[in-house]
Amino acid sequence: MSEDRLELRGVTKAFPGVLANDHVSFAVRPGAIHALLGENGAGKSTLVKMIYGVLHPDEGEIRFDGKPVTIPNPKAARAMGIGMVFQHFSLFEALSVLENIALGLDERLSPADLERRIREVLARYGLTLDPHRTVATLSVGERQRIEIVRALLLDPKLLIMDEPTSVLTPQEVTQLFETLRALAASGCSILYISHKLHEIKALCDKATILRGGKVVGDCVPAEESSRSMAEMMIGGSLRDIKKAAGRTLGAPKFVVEGLSLEGTGDFDVALKGIGFSVGAGEILGIAGVAGNGQNELVLALSGETPGEAAAVRLDGTPIGALRIGERRRLGLAAVPEERNGHAAVPGFSLADNAVLTARGRKGLVNRGVIAAGKAAGYAEEVIRAFAVKATGPAATAGSLSGGNLQKFIMGREVLQVPEILIVSQPTWGVDAGAAAAIHQALVDLAARGSAIVVVSQDLDELFALSDSLAVINEGRLSPKRPIADFSLEEIGLLMGGVHGEADQGAHVAAAPVVEASHAH
Amino acid sequence: MDAMWFSVAMTIVAASTPLLLAALGELVVEKAGVLNLGLEGMMLVGAVTGFAVTFATGAALVGIVAAMLAAVAASMIFAFLTLTLASNQVATGLALTIFGVGISSMIGEGFVGKTIPVLGPVFPEALAGHPFLRLLFGHSPLVYVSLVMTAVVAWFLTRSRAGLILRAVGENDASAHSIGYSVIGVRYAAVAFGGAMAGLAGCFYSMVQTPMWAEELTAGRGWIALALVVFSAWKPWRLLLGAYLFGTVMTLELQAKAAGVGIFAPEFLAALPYLATILVLALISSRRSVGAAAPACLGRPFKPAT
Repeated sequence: MSEDRLELRGVTKAFPGVLANDHVSFAVRPGAIHALLGENGAGKSTLVKMIYGVLHPDEGEIRFDGKPVTIPNPKAARAMGIGMVFQHFSLFEALSVLENIALGLDERLSPADLERRIREVLARYGLTLDPHRTVATLSVGERQRIEIVRALLLDPKLLIMDEPTSVLTPQEVTQLFETLRALAASGCSILYISHKLHEIKALCDKATILRGGKVVGDCVPAEESSRSMAEMMIGGSLRDIKKAAGRTLGAPKFVVEGLSLEGTGDFDVALKGIGFSVGAGEILGIAGVAGNGQNELVLALSGETPGEAAAVRLDGTPIGALRIGERRRLGLAAVPEERNGHAAVPGFSLADNAVLTARGRKGLVNRGVIAAGKAAGYAEEVIRAFAVKATGPAATAGSLSGGNLQKFIMGREVLQVPEILIVSQPTWGVDAGAAAAIHQALVDLAARGSAIVVVSQDLDELFALSDSLAVINEGRLSPKRPIADFSLEEIGLLMGGVHGEADQGAHVAAAPVVEASHAH
Repeated sequence: MDAMWFSVAMTIVAASTPLLLAALGELVVEKAGVLNLGLEGMMLVGAVTGFAVTFATGAALVGIVAAMLAAVAASMIFAFLTLTLASNQVATGLALTIFGVGISSMIGEGFVGKTIPVLGPVFPEALAGHPFLRLLFGHSPLVYVSLVMTAVVAWFLTRSRAGLILRAVGENDASAHSIGYSVIGVRYAAVAFGGAMAGLAGCFYSMVQTPMWAEELTAGRGWIALALVVFSAWKPWRLLLGAYLFGTVMTLELQAKAAGVGIFAPEFLAALPYLATILVLALISSRRSVGAAAPACLGRPFKPAT
């Protein structure tokens, strides 16, 4: 009987005012894939930061390979064989992939040796990544690959993965899982943090569920349903997305035709003849692998990069040449992918952030002067309606957790009741409870007659939300079709750039993912 | 006629070298994410110290080392305030310049009008005094130092691991910290290097160009050096080009005045390099690519989370 690879005994960590971890105990076997489940704020991040040496426990014991250890810093953790892939990447945008990996290694290797070893790891796990590209030019998915390669180069005994699949295509997820299974088979333990319960069911041997900093249960994911795990996680019963039955889609409200844009920088993907229409009350999902023109499309639709007037039309009015502010006044709202710094200013209060996009439609500015009381009132309304965990309208956006900030941003737009809402990655890095609330808000908004475009890499999300779907690949958008006409396999092929063969179209949407999506 | 052009070329080199030295130091400082606007002040501290110590000891080398150490000391005041106490870098840098102007005037008071021997060419007279070859061999040792340092800085930043870490710190301090590099330590070292280079640049004015002390000897060249760093898009070789471009403009202005080319008022010509600085800064900052070239954390104080 071998020792546990990692064992936590009564680990406790308190921050001023919060008990982040309260006597947490669990153990991970060698070669096991162990899930750590919990909502945002349940204490998962604090816990893994202690295992990785970023934080230090106030109380309790961490044992590694049977011996009690203290882990003073991440370097010591890496020296022990603990690797970690963070949810928020610690990458340097202006540096190359190779330089980024070199910075994260404690070993000194010549660039040539390092490149050879990187290529070995890439080949062994069937990953593709160009070591000489500048990180700024890479998609989110590719950036994550850098972090994974960086961790794998150390031949870790324990690999901590924080929300690794949020940005991957189904094929990439499958590939990642193969990588992780191969790694586990070679004896490496994996501590896997995710909100995607069907993935945990598919991948993990065991799961520990955290709520409010405490362990509330252990389970074998294969023996549980996604729903039962989700309910353990949130400590209550889960709401389904309620779609109004038998609603009819209205006439085309938002029409995009022949939208082409040259990529301006080295980093941009050119958009080639994008065309689609969204009816009143319709939710159009746009699927695609990161870096295929989604960002450019969202910028072109929101007005950050205006183009030809006739390419984008709202209720027949050409708006393609208008800037964001003018489009907002006409009722087109957009939520970009990046929460901090794009959708919200981290250093501003929630009230000030509300003013930034809602000033026109909510009258928060009076002759050039901010109506502070009204702004705070609107922020308060958003906080209440979307159950945002924040101290109040005066809290800075940066002090909110990712999920809560996303709820606030979505709420800020949805409560303005826009005619058209463009959202990118609405639930990236957001826990199941918050994701369900955001999804419900989108569905409700559509039911009121707004047209919604959801750009996402999360296919579960698209299957759960969308009425129709189109796939973007290298700046081209496939024709949209009702969601029920797509099979998972076909979407995967479209995402990879293989365009609609007749025989693939015959598959019916009975893919397993559709069922799993009810977990949300 | 030929001889005159050679002497113009020699003057251009002399005008460009201190710009290059100071800007190279600042380039490394900015690559580490610190904006030290105290360049002018550190140069003046170096200039007066180099002059005073050479005057007292009669040894130019001792003067140079003292100048560098004094400017490093001045830069460490800046580093302590901005890095350890996380004060505003722009305000602190401006204060450092004012401090440098003041203290150099005070120390230099007794030296006004005094002279020291010029720190002359290093090569034998046959080469250094040759009418043509002096263009290669007739310069002060600091000129060769500035050229070697350009190559060293370029190599350091792009090829060495320490340079990679420095760039990483300037690019994303939080990530560098989380990987386990000492952001503050790297920045202290960079600021000290910037100070040493500013000291060298300063004593070039007081020991090579005009071996005589006068108040505010550097005459705002520190600001030109600052603009050069931006102009070069933080690239050492482009910095070399820029420094010589500005050196040429400044020299031609003097030559035009001497030759009595009276198309413009002499005041206008004297203002030309500074106007060019403003113009270059304005033009360049309006271009998107410059924003991308700047180290992402430039000027942002870093406070490590617990």
